[in-house]
Amino acid sequence: MAPVLQVEHLKKIFFSDAGEELTAVNDVSFAVHAGEKVAIIGESGSGKTTVARLVTRLSDVTEGRIVLMGKDITRASGRKLRGAYANMQMVFQSPAESFDPRCTLGDGIAECLRNFGRSRKEAEQETLRLLRVCGLAADFAGRYPHEASGGQCQRAAIARAIALKPKLLILDEATSALDVTVQAEILALLTQLQREFSLAYLFICHDIALVQDFCDRVLVMHEGRVVEEGASEEVIRRPKQAYTKRLIDSVL
Amino acid sequence: MGEILRYDHVDVSYNGLCMVHDVSFAVQAGEILGIAGESGSGKSTLLRAAMGLLGRDGMVTRGDIWYGGRSLPDLSSGEMRRISGSEIGMIFQLAGSSFCAIRTVGVQLFEMMQAHGMEDRKLFEEQARELFARFGFPDPQRILDSYPFQLSGGMQQRVGVAAAMLLRPKILLADEPTSALDVTVQKQVIEEMLLVREMFGTAILLVTHNMGVIRAMADKLLVMRDGRMVEYGEAGEVLEHPQAPYTKQLLAAVPRLRR
Repeated sequence: MAPVLQVEHLKKIFFSDAGEELTAVNDVSFAVHAGEKVAIIGESGSGKTTVARLVTRLSDVTEGRIVLMGKDITRASGRKLRGAYANMQMVFQSPAESFDPRCTLGDGIAECLRNFGRSRKEAEQETLRLLRVCGLAADFAGRYPHEASGGQCQRAAIARAIALKPKLLILDEATSALDVTVQAEILALLTQLQREFSLAYLFICHDIALVQDFCDRVLVMHEGRVVEEGASEEVIRRPKQAYTKRLIDSVL
Repeated sequence: MGEILRYDHVDVSYNGLCMVHDVSFAVQAGEILGIAGESGSGKSTLLRAAMGLLGRDGMVTRGDIWYGGRSLPDLSSGEMRRISGSEIGMIFQLAGSSFCAIRTVGVQLFEMMQAHGMEDRKLFEEQARELFARFGFPDPQRILDSYPFQLSGGMQQRVGVAAAMLLRPKILLADEPTSALDVTVQKQVIEEMLLVREMFGTAILLVTHNMGVIRAMADKLLVMRDGRMVEYGEAGEVLEHPQAPYTKQLLAAVPRLRR
């Protein structure tokens, strides 16, 4: 079966004001298959968030190719890019900030359904169903982001992300801002959704213990490159590269 | 080994609302007490109460915080200023943002030393270089000559810890000192704080939500929830055999690396 996401020789160069080049992502290739949970780990500045931003087309790639569900989306824009977002959605680190503070959570979720052609009424009903799937009571539809806790907001963000029935969720540090007990709840929700809808996850995370529990496969990034890749259990228990060893030895 | 700091049935209120209820514990010289809990549990408030950093709306409404026979909440601001830094040091989550961005680290640290009576710039630089060298910084003079933004986040934090020790405080209050750092850098800062205790016998009050940091550093552990003490005891004992249901839940929620 063809992978949900195929990334080939991805490269991103940023230019500083002084005109200096900074290669944030260098020759990164990987694939994510249906129902698979793939993690990218690494320290701040290793390029893992840039990879997420390139894959989701929030930044333009310098070189390389991104193929989503068999379609090349490397330079997609307009209608074509919109089509890609029906298959791929994102959840970000800061739950409250990913919603418009002046709109209710319900409006935020319904908006993407409306953008994809649902009537107002259909979108409202679907929003309530999505909230329920994500463990939130119907009255959250009428709440503003600041009226919900971080964990509740993140549940709403996940509800919004699965609204279009995507095949791939990209989670950039989606649980890092949450307390551990709340994090455990969100992970349980993600596991349940993954089973129900056979979602694939690209899970950007710096918590290696969490990745070991949650993900099937892991990519280790260092200075823009993937230095090691494999089954999470294998990579974490028997790291082959010196950098991976050092990273894992630092975990308390 | 004497007692350095004692919280005696402390309540803290913000705007008349009681947020921390009836907290009592003591810290011995050279002891590291970890205070753990989730957001909003009151752990930072506890630490800030000792320094009078509760802001306009917050105050200790019951109980006392004893330091060397004096009750900290009752001190005048002048008295508080005299012991801040020299007797009780603090280190925050982002030491870098406690520095002024447009003056060098050396200038700012000398200003701190001047406030506590040092006048000789040369002597200060000598002492600072010597201390930084003891903490294993490769080029102490470069740190003094740097602007804060020229140091990495981890380096800023390490400089913050070392700088707090220039005045040799008896106790260091640390509020999430490693939470903004990557794991590899976190480990360096933890090692540096353990070195602080080893070299100077400084007691450390460590507030963190990271149970791994507690495991690596703390002798005693206090678990807070909703402004109340949930559990308090020897860190190893609490971590291995938690008694309170909440502590069990908290520890179970922390992902542990299987090596």
